Amino acid sequence: MSIASLAPLAVALPMLGAALAFVLIRHPRAQRRVSLGILAVTLGLEVLVLAVVWTSGPVAVHLGGWAPPFGIVMVADQFSSLLLVVSSAVSLAVLAYASGQGAADGEESGPVSVFHPTYLILVAGVSNAFLAGDLFNLYVGFEILLTASYVLMTLGGTGSRIRAGITYVVVSVVSSLLFLIAIAMVYGATGTVTLADLAVKLGQLDPGTQHLLHVLLLVAFGIKAAVFPLSFWLPDSYPTAPAPVTAVFAGLLTKVGVYAIIRTETLLFPTDHFNAVLLWVALLTMIVGILGALAQTDIKRLLSFTLVSHIGYMIFGVGLSSVLGLAATIFYVIHHITIQTSLFMVTGLVERRGGTSAIARLGGLAKLSPVLAVLYFIPAMNLAGIPPFSGFLGKLGLLQAGVADGSPLAYTLVVGGVVASLLTLLVMARVWNRVFWRSTADAEEPDPVLLATAPDAAGGRSMRALRTSLHVDAVEGRFSGDNEIPILPKMMVHSTLGLVALGVALSVFAGPLFALSQHAAEGMVARTPYIQAVLGTGTVQP
Amino acid sequence: MSVNLTLLLVMGVLYAIGIYLLLERSLTRVLLGLMLLTNATNLLLLATGGYAGLAPIFSKDIPATEYNDPLPQAFILTSIVISFAVTAFILSLIYRSWLLSRADHIQDDREDRRVAAQDAFDAEEDSEIAVEVSDFHENNQPAASREMIRKVTLKTTARKNAATGMEGPREGPDAGAGA
Repeated sequence: MSIASLAPLAVALPMLGAALAFVLIRHPRAQRRVSLGILAVTLGLEVLVLAVVWTSGPVAVHLGGWAPPFGIVMVADQFSSLLLVVSSAVSLAVLAYASGQGAADGEESGPVSVFHPTYLILVAGVSNAFLAGDLFNLYVGFEILLTASYVLMTLGGTGSRIRAGITYVVVSVVSSLLFLIAIAMVYGATGTVTLADLAVKLGQLDPGTQHLLHVLLLVAFGIKAAVFPLSFWLPDSYPTAPAPVTAVFAGLLTKVGVYAIIRTETLLFPTDHFNAVLLWVALLTMIVGILGALAQTDIKRLLSFTLVSHIGYMIFGVGLSSVLGLAATIFYVIHHITIQTSLFMVTGLVERRGGTSAIARLGGLAKLSPVLAVLYFIPAMNLAGIPPFSGFLGKLGLLQAGVADGSPLAYTLVVGGVVASLLTLLVMARVWNRVFWRSTADAEEPDPVLLATAPDAAGGRSMRALRTSLHVDAVEGRFSGDNEIPILPKMMVHSTLGLVALGVALSVFAGPLFALSQHAAEGMVARTPYIQAVLGTGTVQP
Repeated sequence: MSVNLTLLLVMGVLYAIGIYLLLERSLTRVLLGLMLLTNATNLLLLATGGYAGLAPIFSKDIPATEYNDPLPQAFILTSIVISFAVTAFILSLIYRSWLLSRADHIQDDREDRRVAAQDAFDAEEDSEIAVEVSDFHENNQPAASREMIRKVTLKTTARKNAATGMEGPREGPDAGAGA
């Protein structure tokens, strides 16, 4: 009985917090405190779990005391507990950001009071997916987070959000159905859904059946992870949601899909039947995604396309199926969760400061708000993979793994990865040049907010306390009709600052982090620690 | 493992109709399609349990093979609850969509249309860079080259004006005057 046995609390605590936040729906301030407090406690707990699992190896918790493979089991291994810590840290930052926004705009008047409970349920679903020790619990985790995400995606019910929400819901439901079909077939073929038990039994099946199950699972998870041919829903739906929602979706939801793909490839089907397919898919995801980003004129859409593109890097590492490739993928997942979320948070701030996220309507933000410029520049360069940052280190790890693999396809992927990285730099630099660097006068169609606040800024007023008395139309519910609102609330800026600092810390502590990823990858490739933690030490070797 | 052929046939028909409806543009039909697909999947889950057996309540005298497998039924129950919630949510989305646009079909993404319709030429980035023309070496250049420089600058200015909708060229005249 160690502290790691408390891992299921990572699911239970946010659920409890959601219930409390729902009760406190009429008291926004208390609601904010409760949800922030609960998430902070959860994060602390997960750090303890990671510390224990780091030395002891995977820990399985048999819920209700049922012996495996019959009961529900939750497994915290190094990979999942690392992801738990990062995802909770990121969701805490985004929650603080959203609270700052809610406090600034006055959320008593809007439908935003359901935001906190729904958000906590989303976090619970993500944690459940990371901890799930059987396929069906993984499905339930997906459903919890998806149902919460449907509500968050359509918050406020404006025309564009409903339009995007319907596509998103239908695509998600179809992918969940495919997953459920896969579960039914897996159960029909093996009579079990416990991952550790499947790891032993799937290898004994007829190869044809194995391929069918493998493809079904990969397609279902591929839609959720947004890999190339299955990625078109993402740039369509993400940009319309409110800024904090897009930030947390971009950081976490696709990574849950990637997590499921990694588990499928390492634990369930360690054979390399589909590695070539995965590598091709990775290449296409990287290139097609970033080419899409080149064409965009809106920062949020542009970032959504870079998100798709960078999923390709993770699939690249998985497709190599070497310890080095897997370790680099784990490192890259952690880097990307942090960086992509902070970029979307900064975009939310740009939207408040400049009134829009359309590139043609923005300009001169570096002068108007130097804080924002720094907050954008660091994660943007990090994402593009400029040397001192973690993006560079993650990509370097992947390229090394590709070169170590040595096959012509792996070399193609290495070239593709470098090209996608350069194009990312081009895209990010373009946003930098237009939104931040050029003068406000050069903007093609400057937004009224940008023009009206420019004299205020020139008057030397503090940027963060800047208030405006504009009547801005509440198209996206940004200004909710109040005409005296702080444009850059301190809490929003500070939470973004915190996450950007976390991104920089990932670069500073890249050595220990990469060692941890390596350790996790070795455990996953070996498979036996995980299987023995769940089924007991006396089990047959797969 | 043995299965019930009737159930399998029903499942196949439900999948076929469900996929057909899912591909329609009308939201209500899409919803109906999703409901049929969910039910088809529930039947698939049921089929994995094999033939119906006794209720799985333990009794010492009955051998284990006589019982029904309870696990697929637990799966189905969970799946029904989830699809119930999702169906209710999609219905509310459809209603909201109807209130907003008086239409029961999937709307186009306007931003996507705009991106698709934009010109591949970007005035700021893709303009041909006008060759530096100064009084000092202008006369050294052959006439053909001077003519080309003049054309390039004129074209760029015209394009820039068309793209930005500005009435007058901003840096065009200096370059043009040199040529």
